[in-house]
Amino acid sequence: MLINDESRAPVSQKPNKLELPAEKEGIGSNVTIEINGEKVTVPFGTTILEACKNNNIHIPTLCHHDDLCIAGVCRICVVDVEGMKTLQSSCTFPITAPIKIKTTTPMVRKARRHIIDLMLSEHFGECYSCVRNNNCELQKLAKEYGVDRYNFGHIQKSKYDVDKSSFSVIRDMDKCILCKRCVRTCIDLQEVGVLEAVNRGIDTTISTFLDKPLADVVCINCGQCINRCPTGALHANDPSDKIWEAIDNPTKHVIIQTAPSPRAAICEEFGMEPGTSLTRELNTALRRIGFDKIFDTNFTADLTIMEEGTELILRLYNALVEGNAEVKVPQFTSCSPGWVKYLEHFYPEFIDNLSSAKSPQQMFGALIKTYYAKLQGIDPADIVTVAVMPCSAKKFECERPEMRDSGFKDVDYGLTTRELAQMIREAGIHLPEMPKSDFDDPFGEASGAGLIFGATGGVMEAALRSIIELVTGNKVENVFQNAKIIPVRGFEGIKYVEFPIEGVAEVPAILKPLIPDWKWLEGVTLKVAVAHGTANAKKVMENIKSGGKLSECHFIEFMGCPGGCLGGGGQPIPTNAKIREKRAEAIYAEEEGLTLRKSHENPYVNHIYANFLLDGPCGELSHKLLHTHYTKRGKFID
Amino acid sequence: MEDLETVKFQPVIFADYSPGEAIRKAVGISRQDVLFELKESKIKGRGGAGFPTATKWMLTAAAKADKKYVVCNADEGEPGTFKDRFLLLEHPELVFDGMVVGGITVGAQKGFVYLRAEYEYMLKSLEDYLQQMKKDNLLGENILQSKYNFDIEIRLGSGAYVCGEETALIESLEGHRGEARNRPPYPVNTGFMGFPTTVNNVETFAAVSHIITKGGEWFRNYGTDKSTGIKLFSVSGDCEKPGVYELPWGTTISEILDLAGASNTKAVQVGGASGYCYPKTQFDRKLAYEDAGTGGSIMIFNESRSMLKILKNFMEFFVEESCGQCTPCRIGNAKLLDGIEKLEKGEYTFKYINQLIDLGRSMQVASKCGLGQTSPNSFISILENFREEIFAKSSGGRNVN
Ligand SMILES: Cc1cc2nc3c(=O)[nH]c(=O)nc-3n(C[C@H](O)[C@H](O)[C@H](O)COP(=O)(O)O)c2cc1C
Ligand code: SF4
Repeated sequence: MLINDESRAPVSQKPNKLELPAEKEGIGSNVTIEINGEKVTVPFGTTILEACKNNNIHIPTLCHHDDLCIAGVCRICVVDVEGMKTLQSSCTFPITAPIKIKTTTPMVRKARRHIIDLMLSEHFGECYSCVRNNNCELQKLAKEYGVDRYNFGHIQKSKYDVDKSSFSVIRDMDKCILCKRCVRTCIDLQEVGVLEAVNRGIDTTISTFLDKPLADVVCINCGQCINRCPTGALHANDPSDKIWEAIDNPTKHVIIQTAPSPRAAICEEFGMEPGTSLTRELNTALRRIGFDKIFDTNFTADLTIMEEGTELILRLYNALVEGNAEVKVPQFTSCSPGWVKYLEHFYPEFIDNLSSAKSPQQMFGALIKTYYAKLQGIDPADIVTVAVMPCSAKKFECERPEMRDSGFKDVDYGLTTRELAQMIREAGIHLPEMPKSDFDDPFGEASGAGLIFGATGGVMEAALRSIIELVTGNKVENVFQNAKIIPVRGFEGIKYVEFPIEGVAEVPAILKPLIPDWKWLEGVTLKVAVAHGTANAKKVMENIKSGGKLSECHFIEFMGCPGGCLGGGGQPIPTNAKIREKRAEAIYAEEEGLTLRKSHENPYVNHIYANFLLDGPCGELSHKLLHTHYTKRGKFID
Repeated sequence: MEDLETVKFQPVIFADYSPGEAIRKAVGISRQDVLFELKESKIKGRGGAGFPTATKWMLTAAAKADKKYVVCNADEGEPGTFKDRFLLLEHPELVFDGMVVGGITVGAQKGFVYLRAEYEYMLKSLEDYLQQMKKDNLLGENILQSKYNFDIEIRLGSGAYVCGEETALIESLEGHRGEARNRPPYPVNTGFMGFPTTVNNVETFAAVSHIITKGGEWFRNYGTDKSTGIKLFSVSGDCEKPGVYELPWGTTISEILDLAGASNTKAVQVGGASGYCYPKTQFDRKLAYEDAGTGGSIMIFNESRSMLKILKNFMEFFVEESCGQCTPCRIGNAKLLDGIEKLEKGEYTFKYINQLIDLGRSMQVASKCGLGQTSPNSFISILENFREEIFAKSSGGRNVN
């Protein structure tokens, strides 16, 4: 039950406010009701759906989603409440009196069956040719209710064109059942507001501003809507056919990099419970599929920390010591392409606060087609780079015209966790049973700091580990037990943390050419914040704009998706709070087992600075290959 | 309105009334006294749903909030209803006075009139009237030197039938797409902008003005036990004297037919498109909440009419006017219309038509708002009451499932 007064969602789609009793305990805090003749006691204001769930009574749902405010529109969850003329939708009905509920009366069963029949009658297409075959909530319901024919016919003609304009999200309104989860996701969860219902009655459909293609509106490509779509109406732009083609082409050298979040979630695609990392099993599977090299995106995550961290130090030095007013503080992270596009649309005036460092995905692409190509003596034109990401916005990111610094498209294809799982299945591989194997050289090892990029707060934690050690000379372990920087972890929407810097060390050799000493940081309190999901990002931005506490921050981590990358729009469906927690646990557990846990200690990173990026972090070559610029897009697009 | 008959059975709504009378009375007595009179009158809402007005006002009065609102539902979208138009044109004083009494009683300082888009032509005169009320200190601050403040604003709808449904109306007032909200909780707790709001029909407010001045008992003298008072009926269709009729609840259908000069009548649709259709054999039914309930629409059809065409007309209306948010109404109405088209062509099976009636019953209980809950009424009642005509006319029963 998300009661969010500040959300922009239409009130019809929000739970109505309830006057809850002030006392958590005592008279009025609980209500005893009857469900199917059995007495149960529930807290005042619990919905019928929650009450049933907590008592192991299954009620079918479609428009309901744990992450979203309620809608009450599909009507599949209706139940009988004694004394009421009509059936009541259990997801919307707050229990405030000792009511008697029946969940499977003949009338209830018939109504549900009718609702399913009606949905199917308007649902164009066939299950076997749908991306969501076997993971579709409508299909599941039809099975649950024993649907074996189309009682009210089945639509034979397509009504809508498929919108394939976006690099990330494809909309096929013929499959839409109008549950409005995408609308609520976009406006309420993400506070972007691209999608809304238009027209009335049978012509109702979900559309964009002026019915423009998705590529021409302020969609940030986060794909959260895909993750919540119960059917195949929304899905990601799948490049796997082209990837197969490259693999099958002997002249192509096909490289895949894998981000930290897919490995912590892909188990879910193979029938396992959420929460198991299959990192090294995945390596083997990818090799068997036919990828020539398998690299760990965590390696460039480490590199990101070096580049972005150095940029931060330089920014602070220029702003605080040199007094350069043109240098913008706080610095914002830039590795989440959903967040970046959100800022470009909604806060373009803050574009200079974005770190110029590319995301790990794009850094890797640029390095592969330059450094690696040269090292291996392969023509970069023959290299195809694929990135497995938990993200649909990454598909857009690799298409940005700015992302061609190698002279080629740095990353050719962004592949989601779901799409990769599909490729693995198609190759006849059952992932959990794969033997384990390692990543390939020359980027063999990555640190745990890179791994935790997958969770909200991860980038901040990774950066802090390095900054603390490099500036104070003190081991992080001495400051935070086991190097776990707990204050920046967890799923709180916005986290704000202060770190007083007491005592500074010598500037390490790698940074010496840029900064003479750390004295100016002595006694400074480093202020940082972490926000995940663009709704929270919006709160942070508004706070900064109004000169609030967060405007005094030095560094802020933003992730476009709730929970960070592990809750990304390319992750297995379903995704909800519980599943996000499990994925985070998997990531942190894997990280704690590693010996290398700080980006600046990664020998491969140091090797690349010693042998390729010779002028060091934020040096000339780094700037050419590993940094980028952004576009002020604004809200109005021609 | 010259072309329409106004039949005054006994002057109740049209009884003598001097503008401002109800307000003068209300500022002098306590809120409890107002509520007492309302309760005594046993008046139920005139908009169609028939919820006891006293209870609604009591709940709004009891809700704790900084602000409260009174809304007059002048959307009058139900096909065949025009009595609110009549009241607003001829007796705005009754409606506005009732709203002020409502504001005083529930503790609201602001009222809205949600005026049907098609009634825009009366906006100017209504606003002028409100200005006059302000000048007379019947509206605004310290009404008649009392502690009460109340203001009225008129807002125009934009032509959606569903916006007459009170929660969709509130959404529309707030500037959103007109879609019904989830209930409970009801507008009396979380209405306009989340504040307690009482929404009442034009006629309800008009009746309140009389009840406050003449007493609940006086009002209760008319009508039946469960449906007290006088009701305005909008009579239209195949009759000599269509118009607004002021009659007590409990009047039978045939009595109205006589008054309206209807002959050769085949069917009467009571309650507009969302109501029920009665055949000759049921013309002795009483117009009352407990029997043939209605917000006021009485449509008369004589023997020359095709029931299937009438039904098709109604269903086309609902397919068009469903807000489209909930499944049973959005798709269900389209299926019912589809069934009618099959009947027209004679390409149906009895099994399928029965299945559609069954579907209609599910829509009645599973739809989110009153629109979807009542839209199958005409389908079900016409198919059940006029079975012979409908199945005789179509070539019938070919098995083309
Ligand atoms: C689809 C639909 C349309 C409605 N249209 C109107 C209307 O035009 N005018 C009206 O007074 N009530 C209308 N109602 C009833 C209102 O929802 C509400 O019950 C009424 O305004 C309450 O006032 P009352 O208690 O004074 O009758 C409509 C209901 C539905 C479901
Ligand atoms: S019943 Fe019809 S009008 Fe009412 S909410 Fe559902 S779709 Fe909208």
